[in-house]
Amino acid sequence: MRPIDISPLVWQVLRRHLIVFSRNWKTNLSFNFFEPLLYIAALGLGLGAYVKPMEGLPYLHYLAPGLVASSAMFAASYECTYGTFVRMEYQKTFHAMVATPVSIDDVIVAEILYGTFKSVLYGSVILVVILALGLVASPWALLVPPVLAVAGLLFAILSMIWTGLVPNMENFNYFFSLIMTPLFLFSGVFFPLSGLPRLIQTLAWASPLYHVVNLVRGLVLGQVHAELIWDFIWLVTLTAVLFPLPLYLMRRLVIK
Amino acid sequence: MDVIVAEKLTKEYNGKLAVRGINFRVRPRECFGFLGPNGAGKTTTVNMIYCLSPVTAGRLTVLGMDVQKHPREIKSRLGVVPQENNLDPDLKVLQNLLVYASYFRIPAATARTRAMELLEFFDLADRAQDRVDRLSGGMKRRLTIARALINNPDLVILDEPTTGLDPQARHLVWQRLRRLKERGVTLLLTTHYLEEASQLCDRLVIMDKGEILEEGNPGGLVVKHIGREVVEVGLGRMDCAGQLKPAANCDNTVKMVVDRTNHLLRDHLTVGDNLFLFPRDNGQALLQVLQSMPVRFSHLLLRPATLEDVFLKLTGRGLHS
Repeated sequence: MRPIDISPLVWQVLRRHLIVFSRNWKTNLSFNFFEPLLYIAALGLGLGAYVKPMEGLPYLHYLAPGLVASSAMFAASYECTYGTFVRMEYQKTFHAMVATPVSIDDVIVAEILYGTFKSVLYGSVILVVILALGLVASPWALLVPPVLAVAGLLFAILSMIWTGLVPNMENFNYFFSLIMTPLFLFSGVFFPLSGLPRLIQTLAWASPLYHVVNLVRGLVLGQVHAELIWDFIWLVTLTAVLFPLPLYLMRRLVIK
Repeated sequence: MDVIVAEKLTKEYNGKLAVRGINFRVRPRECFGFLGPNGAGKTTTVNMIYCLSPVTAGRLTVLGMDVQKHPREIKSRLGVVPQENNLDPDLKVLQNLLVYASYFRIPAATARTRAMELLEFFDLADRAQDRVDRLSGGMKRRLTIARALINNPDLVILDEPTTGLDPQARHLVWQRLRRLKERGVTLLLTTHYLEEASQLCDRLVIMDKGEILEEGNPGGLVVKHIGREVVEVGLGRMDCAGQLKPAANCDNTVKMVVDRTNHLLRDHLTVGDNLFLFPRDNGQALLQVLQSMPVRFSHLLLRPATLEDVFLKLTGRGLHS
């Protein structure tokens, strides 16, 4: 197997994605912006009125930071499954790129960085929204975008691994219903995990989103404590360990 | 120095040999062609040349560099026109060229000047701000070729450059390719259109089933294997309808025709219910003998010999069968 071959041309490929993004960011952004707002309205305000305070917080305050984290997760995941697959399979964009000095590893790294970019952007937009709603309690929240960058990178890598393993449109539905939705529901976005059976708590600890939610909620609410560093180390370690895997998996799909 | 040198070049896909130890050399400033039917291994060979597919065995150097060791250096000096259009549908016409130029690290100002020149050259200047999906098939093809020239390549690879185009669009592409050749650009093209091969190629190889059957210049190959003319004899559908091989009575007719005209023939070939006669020198005389025979042929045709006849003779079947 050939060694990984990454060059600064990654930035040129990423630049291509950003040019395309700059052309249709309004539609893109508003779509991704609405869904978390709906959750805030329906669950935070609607359901929240009947829910007792969680961890000493009104439900809306508890929920909002979780949605910042989950928007970031979904942004990278959509981009590195559907987005990547359309570019690779239908548009043959990768094929055009690798006929230039760009290597296939450059292409895939740029895809992952583009997913990361979307995570940071969409997560930060929700952060601004909840700030406007008065749901951000601390200037520690300024550290949320860097956390979203690590989270975005990790979810981009995880999604790209799926795309590399089962590259077809229908299977992305399984990815979202079997993996992303359970993560979304059981990672502490909507309720604390302390009330759940021990087994689920242990499983949740393995969920990357759980650690992202911990970090984001801690920063947004100003409840910063030393243990958060472990969440961060967990995310960074997993990201570093998994990074080469999508490169090898995607390579087989383009280079034959 | 030769632009491409392939020695015993071999490619295996999923346990199947797609290219079986072929040898060829492409010289500077020539147009070199791979002619063969679909599945002959032309695209596979080309994919190895532009460093997309790894070489299974043998040696392949492009512009003096080994494809396995220097893919980025090689690709920076190539222009590639793939079989499937892969223009970027998310970008406009001009942007397609500019963004592509950035993959070669071409400075933005240089890229813009060059892109405008290329759009002009390919009659696309007034479409610069159009979306790619608004272009016709022929325009897309011309844009793909323009894109391949953005880095002033030393070698341009064209995989089936006119497949799927209507005749007018095809001729427009040919004209542009001829002008590129006049400018001294080395061209390598694959095609299953014999007309394309004979119009453009200085030298070509005929490929079938992963092997090179023949090599030479188009005219020379025709003269060597066929001669100047061919008489096509239709043996009649009534007798041999739907039969891959001629029926017994066809065989008899073939035998009779060949016996009667043997002194005028250089060679002959039967494909289905068609008999191809290759006259020694005088096609007209051969035609007259055939017309005087007491057999009713479904058609009799004297025509110039082409590369397709060479392919038929070498493989026993047509390029499009």
